[in-house]
Amino acid sequence: MENNHLLLEVKNLKTHFFLDEGTVRALDGVDFVIKRGQTLGVVGESGCGKSVTARSILRIVPQPGRIVDGEIMLYLPAQSNHSTLTNVVNLTRLNPRGTQIRSIRGCRIALVPQEPMTSLSPVHTLGNQIVEAIVLHQEVSQAEAREKAIYMLDLVGMPQPSRTIDRYPHELSGGMRQRGMIAMALSCHPSLLIADEPTTALDVTTEAQILKLMQRLQQELGMAIMFITHNLGVVARMTEHVIVMYMGKVVEEADVDTIFHNPKHPYTQALLKSIPRLGQRTRERRRLESISGSVPDPYSIPKGCSFHPRCSQRIVGLCDQEEPPNIEIGPGHKTRCVLYR
Amino acid sequence: MAEGTMSDNRLLEVRDLKMHFPIRRGFFWSRTVGHVKAVDGVSLYIREGETLGLVGESGCGKTTTGRVILRAYEPTAGEVWFADRYMGWVNVPSLEKQEVKQLRQNMQLIFQDPYASLNPRMNLLQIVGEPLLVNGIAHGKELEDRVAELLRVVGLRPEYMSRYPHAFSGGQRQRIGVARALALNPQLVICDEPVSALDVSIQAQIINLLQDLQGDFGLTYLFISHDLSVVEHISDRVAVMYVGKLVESAVTEELFVNPRHPYTEALLSAVPKPDPRLRDEPIELPGEVADPANPPTGCYFHPRCQYQVERCAIETPALREIAPDHFVSCHRAEELNLTGVFGPTE
Repeated sequence: MENNHLLLEVKNLKTHFFLDEGTVRALDGVDFVIKRGQTLGVVGESGCGKSVTARSILRIVPQPGRIVDGEIMLYLPAQSNHSTLTNVVNLTRLNPRGTQIRSIRGCRIALVPQEPMTSLSPVHTLGNQIVEAIVLHQEVSQAEAREKAIYMLDLVGMPQPSRTIDRYPHELSGGMRQRGMIAMALSCHPSLLIADEPTTALDVTTEAQILKLMQRLQQELGMAIMFITHNLGVVARMTEHVIVMYMGKVVEEADVDTIFHNPKHPYTQALLKSIPRLGQRTRERRRLESISGSVPDPYSIPKGCSFHPRCSQRIVGLCDQEEPPNIEIGPGHKTRCVLYR
Repeated sequence: MAEGTMSDNRLLEVRDLKMHFPIRRGFFWSRTVGHVKAVDGVSLYIREGETLGLVGESGCGKTTTGRVILRAYEPTAGEVWFADRYMGWVNVPSLEKQEVKQLRQNMQLIFQDPYASLNPRMNLLQIVGEPLLVNGIAHGKELEDRVAELLRVVGLRPEYMSRYPHAFSGGQRQRIGVARALALNPQLVICDEPVSALDVSIQAQIINLLQDLQGDFGLTYLFISHDLSVVEHISDRVAVMYVGKLVESAVTEELFVNPRHPYTEALLSAVPKPDPRLRDEPIELPGEVADPANPPTGCYFHPRCQYQVERCAIETPALREIAPDHFVSCHRAEELNLTGVFGPTE
């Protein structure tokens, strides 16, 4: 029964980029699971591997990147209603240009990218682009697909959907384009929606609208969401379970309340202390506790724990030598740090 | 206050500033078919040594306001009074070209994007030293010493002087931008989204640096940002803009705890709070930000305002002082009971 709740299982995923300057280990052994209908938050700074994780799952890692090890198991519900058996696909084994991944990508797993400005084709109308996605994955006529596209636009709260469908992206505002992207992503009822920084390019009030929309759609359609962001406020508002990434590894994993109220990994702790919070100035005036240094050069990842040069709790002779094991310190709470061994 | 005098230590005073950009159609016989009212009546002031945060959503005119103050643009109307160290209390838009050059020594800008604002073909000595060279303040060995000192001040090693920007991370590049802005020992530094392009852990470093420098050199900041948490942290007073107009300004604590304009209230509630136990429902503003080329009648915010009454669509509210140092442009400011960061005010 346990497996029936599982949707995606990523095991020891390693995606490396083979460049002239050396090998960049963008993902260096990533493990996590997403359950059906769950919202998983993926947090980390730029270059930590958040987006490469999403691209690895969709098998759209750009050249010269390659998945060198690991498994991405997608558990699809069986086609017949009587059977409880699930259909398991290992996405890393599929040909990235093959028909099988094409039937999953955009259909079972859909992506809402960060930049709604650059992700839509400027020379096609919004409707054409949504219709294309629908016709590709569903056996419907053009007219039916258009009806469906209008329905989806209405669902995402686009004003006057039957007119907006014939608009070009440049005629729409940032928030409307992102609504259009969400309509396109959801048009085939995916089991998993990967949202890669979907609100980073938007203003706060527009962001609030889009976040609320995504919450409503999740309740109505029941898909799981993998929410990639660097904004800890968005994570706190949107997710149930959180993984914190640093230099291609998951350094801490827990439910959202534990991450914010009982973080264990020094990186998570430092990250939470370094952000200004609304209302804080009035309560207490203090300096922000910044994390010293910057994210290391991806060509020369520090030996041992990759966070140790910036860590305030490092143990010399241990953290700079040994790679920390992944330790389970509570139910569903794991961290990669020798302090908890 | 009499024209052309300073009061309560004001370094900068902007009065009813307007910056309208013409919309032109046609190529050979182009004609103006309308105006984008990027800044449409902004009044604010900054006291010496304080930080004024200027917040608003993209397109509200906050960057344009900053640039008009520096006179990167010629304003359509309005006055920008500045207490220049050498020239005294001057109206920036009416200065002669030579005087503008003089003025800019005392007014500097820190840019948003540390990747686009540094010339990749210049090394640090050239980048940070250029303001000193152009203004004939230092050259040769003296210039090198000054640049080394500036780099040290912003937390970079002077040995990096001969390196080029590509060798530095985003946070370090922003430090270079800060060093360049400080080279001439300015009175006012306009920080235009200085931390928006940086990672969370680096943001805190730059914010702390800016605060330390303010203490050490007595700088005055105009801090332009869309991030309300950062603005609250760094600012002494905050001004909120919406579609080219200043809608509210007050002392930081007052504005965040006791907002008096419905737009400020909505902005505050929209910020996602980094605590899963505080998942309150944000106020949802219907529709989109108004088009500055074709703004609505009356109060520009009224089509999205949940408190609007008939009067709001007809009459443009003036910015008025409803409490000491608390300015707001809303017809209903006195009667509304709005919610701040700690919940409804009494």
